[in-house]
Amino acid sequence: MSMNAVGRPTRPVPGLTLAGTIPATLGGGRGLLQDEGLIFEREGWDSSGVDLPEPSRDAADLGDMVRKAPMRLPGLSEPEAMRHYVRLSQKNHAIDLALYPLGSCTMKHNPRLNEKMARLPGFADVHPLQPQSTVQGALGLMDQLAHWLMTLTGMSAVAMSPKAGAHGELCGLLAIRAAHEARGDARKRVLVPTSAHGTNPATAAFVGYEVEEIAQTADGRVDIADLAAKLGPDVAAIMVTNPNTCGLFERDVIEIAELVHAAGAYFYCDGANFNAIVGRVRPGDLGVDAMHINLHKTFSTPHGGGGPGSGPVVLSAALAPFAPTPFVVKRGEVYELVEYREGEAAQAFGRLCAFHGQMGMYVRALSYMLSHGADGLKQVAEDAVLNANYIKARLSGVMSAAFEGPCMHEALFDDHWLEGTGITTLDFAKAMIDEGFHPMTMYFPLVVHGAMLIEPTETESKAELDRFCDVLLLLAQAAKAGDAERFKGAPFHAPLRRLDETLAARKPRLRWRPELSVGVAAE
Amino acid sequence: MRYLPLSPSDRSAMLGVIGAATIDDLFVDVPHAARRDQPVDLPFHQGELEVERALSALAARNRTAGQGPFFCGAGAYRHHVPATVDHIIQRSEFLTSYTPYQPEIAQGTLQYLFEFQTQVAALTGMEVANASMYDGSTATAEAVMMAARVTRRGKAVLSGGLHPHYARTAETLAKVAGVQVQRLDAAIDGEAAVLDAIDDDTACVVVQTPNLFGTVTDVTAIAAAAQAKGALLIVVVTEVVSLGLLKGPGEMGADIVVAEGQSIGNALNFGGPYVGLFAAREIYVRQMPGRLCGETVDADGRRGFVLTLSTREQHIRRDKATSNICTNSGLCALAFTIHMSLLGEVGLRRLAAINHAKALDLRDGLMGVPGVEILTERFFNEFAIRVPTDAAALVETLAGQGILAGVPVSRLSPKGGMDDVLLLCATETTTSSDIAALVAALKGAF
Repeated sequence: MSMNAVGRPTRPVPGLTLAGTIPATLGGGRGLLQDEGLIFEREGWDSSGVDLPEPSRDAADLGDMVRKAPMRLPGLSEPEAMRHYVRLSQKNHAIDLALYPLGSCTMKHNPRLNEKMARLPGFADVHPLQPQSTVQGALGLMDQLAHWLMTLTGMSAVAMSPKAGAHGELCGLLAIRAAHEARGDARKRVLVPTSAHGTNPATAAFVGYEVEEIAQTADGRVDIADLAAKLGPDVAAIMVTNPNTCGLFERDVIEIAELVHAAGAYFYCDGANFNAIVGRVRPGDLGVDAMHINLHKTFSTPHGGGGPGSGPVVLSAALAPFAPTPFVVKRGEVYELVEYREGEAAQAFGRLCAFHGQMGMYVRALSYMLSHGADGLKQVAEDAVLNANYIKARLSGVMSAAFEGPCMHEALFDDHWLEGTGITTLDFAKAMIDEGFHPMTMYFPLVVHGAMLIEPTETESKAELDRFCDVLLLLAQAAKAGDAERFKGAPFHAPLRRLDETLAARKPRLRWRPELSVGVAAE
Repeated sequence: MRYLPLSPSDRSAMLGVIGAATIDDLFVDVPHAARRDQPVDLPFHQGELEVERALSALAARNRTAGQGPFFCGAGAYRHHVPATVDHIIQRSEFLTSYTPYQPEIAQGTLQYLFEFQTQVAALTGMEVANASMYDGSTATAEAVMMAARVTRRGKAVLSGGLHPHYARTAETLAKVAGVQVQRLDAAIDGEAAVLDAIDDDTACVVVQTPNLFGTVTDVTAIAAAAQAKGALLIVVVTEVVSLGLLKGPGEMGADIVVAEGQSIGNALNFGGPYVGLFAAREIYVRQMPGRLCGETVDADGRRGFVLTLSTREQHIRRDKATSNICTNSGLCALAFTIHMSLLGEVGLRRLAAINHAKALDLRDGLMGVPGVEILTERFFNEFAIRVPTDAAALVETLAGQGILAGVPVSRLSPKGGMDDVLLLCATETTTSSDIAALVAALKGAF
């Protein structure tokens, strides 16, 4: 052991490697990971981290409407609040830390320029109901973003207000419904492939349609014969994701559109996977009537741990008249918000939310689009597809690809290659956590057994893709070599081990309650 | 291009590994007619400086709330948000994470959602709250749908004090779901009128307090009467700071409470993103829409949090789900939670009291303007006045003088017969000189 001048050891003691026998810490913390309780479990419920003056008047005029009962909301000083939430943050995986290969989720780099732009007071400190003469820049931005979305998709109109992908689906189906009703042709069924996102059937049912599934072919695409058999005069729409959730382009998409249109139905496209084709293929050229665009996927607005998103819906000429209010029109040099069912909005199907949609997301998305430009966006699609195919090529020798041929922006594997190992897709995914990667999308799409859907996006370097593939190959070797322990108990190195979801659902504890202290759930 | 790490040599090396000659070989499944070799007709890429310049020019064409006297409310409110809030929500681990489907590496998100749910339940006085909705208006529409499921009835009665955009949002969804909506005529102080419209098929009555016109209503009697007829009471709150001063909806007997949470932690943002709050009685939890975070333990017995009761949700139940919602307002909920944690009960009560006091100051100032009539008797931080002219034209005129004088009711209900009614709001950001400037401008306006 070498010593410095005052005798402090400066080298580790040889032989004291404790792998396998790491002692538990005494206080609950683990190095940089602090054991952090809930804000409700602290002392000092009468403190506050905000300095406010005494109110200048009392509330006697409110009489017995004044709240008397306590709310039990703890207040934290600013340093305590900062530390609490920073400690929590360190228990999250993030795209800024490592690859986040969730298929169908498009977790790409979120440029900070976009954050800066969205925070300009000229966008962030503007009220939605100010006189329109005072918000011409905001309306101009919406109009410019709309122009980019229509040009990239080759569509006639866009409804900007939907607040997320599922909200966009709602918008599209309501427009379709209104279009049918306008010609006195109410219809009752919506066809959805078995590989669809759960939001598709949920949305169709939510707006009162019966949902019928369309079969899939052995090569992972819509079964045209089954579609043709199920189309009929009572079918309102088909909802198809393209590229689909197997990561494949629907080769027969134009024929599908023709069949659907011949039956008097509309083609709704789930645009969750637009990143694979942005700038390279226009959905309008494929016969699509309506498609939502997840600005929080393709156009890089941050996912924020579950939102906010934004889901504008591009519409064909046939559906454009039914777009919901409000929308922006340009009259001469002046932008105007059409907010009511009159004039060009006479056939609007209604309204989807209180104001004009997700302005904060519009700013970020336009900032991203202007940065990339038409040339950069085309490169986005190409690199996203290239990265996915590279992963597919590197892993296919060991893991079993679900389908032959090139994929689009995500590579789909099934669990055949794990047969006989006793290890499941879930186990494999949890072992990835120990290696520092977020798991891929698992058990989706439902049509592939033990599905593992990997979407790298275009913002990964070749070095990071190689690191990822190398680790997955090592894990695959370990799985095949019978190292089941590594998988069955995983993760071992994450902030927490596997969680008991059954307990959570059986005895729902959805809020902190004073009588239930830490550890009671462990009974 | 600064966001794309692959170099030309990376690309050709990778194509080699794949066994493809060109990138086009990977797009072979796209029909020929739809393949594009050239970029679409839009400008090409730009540097950060150029983009910043272009967007700043657009931003400069908007008048901001902070630029001068500002009195707009009606569903979106300007409050001071502590700098800490925006700093924390921009941390990579919060900003750039996905929905917490892998709880072992998402405890940061899950724990703040659990804290958020607890805060929302405490604030509204309800037993359970979900992990957020898009905004207050979509939460209202979802609450109506939920009430129809719970009661198996087909009619919803909306008060005349409900924000007109909330009412239209709910109507749009209810119509296609086969729920009949009866909207009562706009009334400054008439939330209780919903009771006269209840029949045997009424699933819910929807009231708002403070309502569009600012009127604060004790809904205790409305709750009891609605429930006696088998209907649920849905209470809508657009200004959530009011709950720091006013009796909570739970205390007054609400079955479902929905609110716009923007006021706490979130900027005006020209209308979005905002954060919808959704709280209910525990017996209805399995009919609630949206994500729920619950407490559990991990394999070593340590406490942790997971998304739970997912069998209500679209990714499990598909066409049998309680809602189609997936992405919600996670980061806005985090902003809400941080701001609320800083305020605490003490700070929230004081903030609410200041808002109320400022609104009283505003009212007193306006009472000195000849021709102005105060229409709202009991209010929190916003109220309605009648002006002897067209309110929208007046607002436009005052905007020209640098004053954003509130929201004319005609902006929300163009044919509502209230063209001379103006909604004004004051918050802790309103100064006495703002009020003096408005009063002086109004005295010169008619």
